Amino acid sequence: MAQETEELAGFRAELRDWLEENCPAEMRDGSSPEDHTCWGGRNWVFESDAQKAWLERCAAKGYTVPTWPKEYGGAGLSRAEEKVFLSELARIDARLPLQSFGIWMLGPALLHFGTPEQKAHYLPPIARGEVRWCQGYSEPGAGSDLASVQTKCEDKGDHYLINGQKIWTSYADKADMIFALVRSDREAKKHLGITFLLIDMRNEGVSTRPIKLISGVSPFCETFFDNVVVPKVNDEGISAVVGTVNRGWDVAKYLLTHERSMISAMGTGLGGARPLGAVLKDDLEGDLDTSLRAAAMKAEIDSLAIGLTLERYKDMANSGQGVGDASAMLKYVGTELNKDRHELMMSAGGSDALEWGGAFGDRPADWLRTKANSIEGGTTEVMLGIVSRRVLGLPG
Amino acid sequence: MLAESARGFLDEKAPVKHLRDMRDAGKTHDPALWKEMAEMGWAGILIPEEFGGVDMGHAAAGVLATEMGKTLVASPFLSSSVIAATALKQVSDARAGEALAAIASGERTYALAIDEKSKFNPEGTEMPARREGNGFRLSGKKTFVIDGGFADRLLVLARTGDGLTLFDIPADRAGITREAQSMIDSRDAARVVFDEVEATGEDVLGQVDDAMSVLKPALEAGQAALAAELSGVAAGAFGMTVGYLKERKQFGLLIGQFQALQHRAADLWCQTEVTASAIAHAGRMLDADPENATLAVSLAKARATETAKQAVIEGVQMHGGIGMTDAFDMGFFMKRARAGAEWLGDYGYHAETVARLKGF
Repeated sequence: MAQETEELAGFRAELRDWLEENCPAEMRDGSSPEDHTCWGGRNWVFESDAQKAWLERCAAKGYTVPTWPKEYGGAGLSRAEEKVFLSELARIDARLPLQSFGIWMLGPALLHFGTPEQKAHYLPPIARGEVRWCQGYSEPGAGSDLASVQTKCEDKGDHYLINGQKIWTSYADKADMIFALVRSDREAKKHLGITFLLIDMRNEGVSTRPIKLISGVSPFCETFFDNVVVPKVNDEGISAVVGTVNRGWDVAKYLLTHERSMISAMGTGLGGARPLGAVLKDDLEGDLDTSLRAAAMKAEIDSLAIGLTLERYKDMANSGQGVGDASAMLKYVGTELNKDRHELMMSAGGSDALEWGGAFGDRPADWLRTKANSIEGGTTEVMLGIVSRRVLGLPG
Repeated sequence: MLAESARGFLDEKAPVKHLRDMRDAGKTHDPALWKEMAEMGWAGILIPEEFGGVDMGHAAAGVLATEMGKTLVASPFLSSSVIAATALKQVSDARAGEALAAIASGERTYALAIDEKSKFNPEGTEMPARREGNGFRLSGKKTFVIDGGFADRLLVLARTGDGLTLFDIPADRAGITREAQSMIDSRDAARVVFDEVEATGEDVLGQVDDAMSVLKPALEAGQAALAAELSGVAAGAFGMTVGYLKERKQFGLLIGQFQALQHRAADLWCQTEVTASAIAHAGRMLDADPENATLAVSLAKARATETAKQAVIEGVQMHGGIGMTDAFDMGFFMKRARAGAEWLGDYGYHAETVARLKGF
């Protein structure tokens, strides 16, 4: 590590003490697969008192969303401090206290497009893990062609009336609220008639149905809107529309850049994850054969370099340069790598990895789950299309 | 800023045509060009100001190397100003200071004589420097000595008993013969034969039997700068290719409209970006924490080697037949990418280093 400034070193020391005192031993198991880290929300059942305490202590310090402003429940950390924060968590092998689509996606969009009232109303409950959001983007007829969303949004004076269906809504059955793209103007060009709307899942007419995947689990749902009434402003006077009516595509795109960066990070083994080759070696209880070793070396090299690229783009974003279309690059390289890594882990697991819940636990399910990485949030092919047209300027 | 000013100079003085003209004239070195680079401070980019350098660090050296790579600039920059300068900086005596000053001014060039077989393997060096009286006798053969055809001095790695020792000797010392190698990339390389070449304790750089404390930082600096050059090679080839996709028509369409080519070009850009991160990181690590830069350097060289290869292969393929012609520049990029892949350790060498440091 390069020499840290005195200020950063001070922050690190202080943080280290705080973590020592406040991070429960049970939360230092380094496992942050999707189902072991707290997602929060009204329906969340804490797996232990430790998990609850860890969330509450972090939330009180703003450490669930360390870079958000303090007024919205964050800790107001700089980018450099955030790096220190993450490295200290990794050092003690701590889980993140909270993960959610509110943190990864809606939060950044609200910070950018939300009114002061919307930020004050919606962000702190996300930071405290009290409200869990889900994302209503894809529809049966709008997958890669996301801007073709058809879920109908009619202006009824003091409220909107919503009818339609979303699909691939992650954890909709467990969510409290949904941020959804709805068609508010059927006459306008497709990108110009979309509104970004915040809807309470408890509203009458909202229903969900989990979709069972090849991995045997159901992280995704179908979400139905049947004459759902969404007040334009809620009881506390907060608008349900983020940004401007009919200009929701701007919000949607901005949010997608965050979603893509987030999905990308899953593949790189950042945050203290063990090197792939070492994992494989342990699995085999011996040396890797030549072909597996060569593949593991390549995956390790790519993983390190992609991790550095994510950091580089975060630094750029922090200095005010938008990540924008380059998030397509991050998403593409990160998800393809993640698929490769899981192929190698299955290979190292051999026949033991073919058993549901066998010697390698969730490994077969995780392997199958990664196949969605290069589909969700925009397919690899859509990502390459964005790079070729928007970044390289190749003709359409 | 440094990149832009370098680009301006190189586009004027050393476009790809400059390398082509040198090749056609049977030359591998342009002393006048190197003199101008030295006057701009490039030769002393890593050299302390007290010895006449500008001391801007490895990240800056990488920026220059990248710009040179974009137009395949042939110069002693890596051999002299990066590798030899870094080695000499590990030694603090008057002679090293004088040598650094001579490099910074551009009046003295160096070449690194390590390889004995077809693959980079410094630890496996066999050529002996036999002890004799107060000094040594060097006998053996070095190959792929980059810039060895014209360099004023040689850094020679030789086995001394159980250890390795690095010698800094004039290239015209009695017993040394140099045979130019006709390289595919039109750059300078030589086979150097040592026939009972005399060396004294004065000629040892660093300590006897401890070459690596001087050589390791020098090699890592060179590997990082070469990785940066290769990223420039990739960028140069890629720029030509994307330009061609936007102008070439077939079947009544611009070929850049074909999705098969769009997606391959897009993938290449993505790989270029990922590699750029590894290269920037290596430069930063060499500047901030050189003792622990090995992983970062090997990562950069491995990634740059692969990305440059992909860029030139796609470059030729997407240009079609014209890409195969000598009259077109793409072939120069392909040949430099191949030579750069081998020099100072190929993909496999650096992948092994990463694997070793990562515990498998």
